[in-house]
Amino acid sequence: MNDSSDSHGSLLKPAKLNTAVAVELVDVNKWYGDFHVLRDINLKVLGKERIVICGPSGSGKSTMIRCINRLEEHQVGRIVIDGVELTADLKKIDEVRREVGMVFQHFNLFPHLTVLENCTLAPIWVRKMPKKEAEEVALHYLSRVKIPEQANKYPGQLSGGQQQRVAIARALCMNPKIMLFDEPTSALDPEMVKEVLDTMVELAHDGMTMLVVTHEMGFARQVADRIVFMDEGQIVEANIPGEFFAHPQHERTKLFLSQILH
Amino acid sequence: MTMAEGDLAVTELAFVRHTTIAPRPPPAMMTGALGWLRANLLSSPFNIAITILIGLLMAWAIPEIVKFLIIDAVWAGHDREACLESVQHRAIGACWPFVWERLPYFIYGSYPISERWRVDIFFVMLAVGVVWLLWLNAPRRDLGALYFFLILPVTSFILLTGWSAIGLRPVDTVLWGGVLVTIVVAAVGIVCSLPLGILLALGRRSRMPTVRLLSVIFIEFVRGVPLVTVLFMASVMLPLFIPEQWSPDKLVRALVGIALFASAYMAEVVRAGLQAIPKGQYEGAMAVGLRYAQMMRLVVLPQALKVTIPNIVNTYIGLFKDTTLVFIVGIFDLLRTIEVARIDPKWATPVTSTTGYAVAAIFYLVFCYGMSRYARAMEARLTRGDRR
Repeated sequence: MNDSSDSHGSLLKPAKLNTAVAVELVDVNKWYGDFHVLRDINLKVLGKERIVICGPSGSGKSTMIRCINRLEEHQVGRIVIDGVELTADLKKIDEVRREVGMVFQHFNLFPHLTVLENCTLAPIWVRKMPKKEAEEVALHYLSRVKIPEQANKYPGQLSGGQQQRVAIARALCMNPKIMLFDEPTSALDPEMVKEVLDTMVELAHDGMTMLVVTHEMGFARQVADRIVFMDEGQIVEANIPGEFFAHPQHERTKLFLSQILH
Repeated sequence: MTMAEGDLAVTELAFVRHTTIAPRPPPAMMTGALGWLRANLLSSPFNIAITILIGLLMAWAIPEIVKFLIIDAVWAGHDREACLESVQHRAIGACWPFVWERLPYFIYGSYPISERWRVDIFFVMLAVGVVWLLWLNAPRRDLGALYFFLILPVTSFILLTGWSAIGLRPVDTVLWGGVLVTIVVAAVGIVCSLPLGILLALGRRSRMPTVRLLSVIFIEFVRGVPLVTVLFMASVMLPLFIPEQWSPDKLVRALVGIALFASAYMAEVVRAGLQAIPKGQYEGAMAVGLRYAQMMRLVVLPQALKVTIPNIVNTYIGLFKDTTLVFIVGIFDLLRTIEVARIDPKWATPVTSTTGYAVAAIFYLVFCYGMSRYARAMEARLTRGDRR
């Protein structure tokens, strides 16, 4: 994975990966009723690695990353996050959620709280951080996503792109080791996609472990260490971006790429 | 189409604006009192008909009410003679001397006259607590909450029921009555029903089947039974099962009955609010690591309760008026004291009953309308906070 050859790796300088495994999914299976939504998923993500997950809708990619912070429950297999195995044990789930940040397609900001309060809520109540310190941390991350001046507004007063950047800042305020992105730009107006992607690229530069479900192939090419292609609840193909785009192996991958790359 | 027109059409296909149109005020018919009249009262033939109908109704009712309550009213007197028709006094309106004389009874019931200052202190303390809690810009509202939910109930209980050890003569609740009882029953019902209702609503949406089942059974059972039945059960059936010395006071039983009854309704109101909160809010809260209780308290309930304020207040208003039903188990609330006073031979006249009921109507109207207005102001304030 340490491959630095220009034609194959991501355009970004390959991250110095930890050898420690950040996320490990072993033979993960999940059903919604009778519907087999995840089938024998095996994925190992190293520390600081950036994974982009793509695939047609309904392929299980969102479900997979939602299993990583237990918004969805898997029924068979093992999911280990930073050494903690996810089971029904609520303590373990809390532990994992503290270390894993998530950004949603529809932002899921809390509309009754200001931007600043959105960011300080979890640090104060979950990390037991003093309010003052939490606000400093929040302002730091709001500056990093370039909207410190919106701190006292309510989410409803911001544009979609701004809201999504607040959502990223909110997740970062918990100082997570791993960030999950579930189609972060899919609900945005076209002119706002770039500001969010830029924020994510910066985050990638800073060495965050990231799992990103997205259709933004430009982003994938630029940032990903590895691209995972899913279809019908299975991982069909995974490769470094250069190889993935230049020489897709599986028929479904080829079809998918031909449909989204014009 | 001539050649010239065709050319014109082509040249108009491309258009570049060179000047910006400055904003202009709207036409006069849209603004001002006249504009409001046009838009709201006279916008369509149907609307015009309704306006005329309501105008006629008001023109008929309001003078009648004013005439009865003020113009034809009797303002002074010592007994029924003053409020009877006579040669000088043809039309008789409200009999205010009756109300004036029986006012202490309406307020305190049969509470011993020498001890009524205790009730006055209770009213003042309650008023302070209510204002402290409801006035959103009041200083130290945290202390206010402590005062209202802890200090006030304890001191009121000691004050009203008495405590010989500190020289307060015990007063049996049988003697309580009038506004005192109405306020106590309503306050206990209002304060207890919301937290209980929230717990029941959360229980009904719980993932744990036993919790859910218990909540559903409680809610559906209480909602399926009339309040009168609940009160009868509490005051007649309960003593049959519990030895007399263990049996709680009659007023307490009624209080518990009303609080539980109101909480079942409140539970359904709150549940509606919970269902209005998008799933994403729960997921957002869970993803940042909040536990269930924190998620509910900090993220879900503030939003859910906000959208249900009109319904919560609706339930409160219903509850406030339902407190009159305690008369059925022999408790003398305001309406009951008026009932008793109006058949007193000393004041028996054709207008006594109407006057008494008018007093009750005004009392309930003032409180219920007050609640309604406060809720509207609260809603307006909250929606100002987070425009979506």
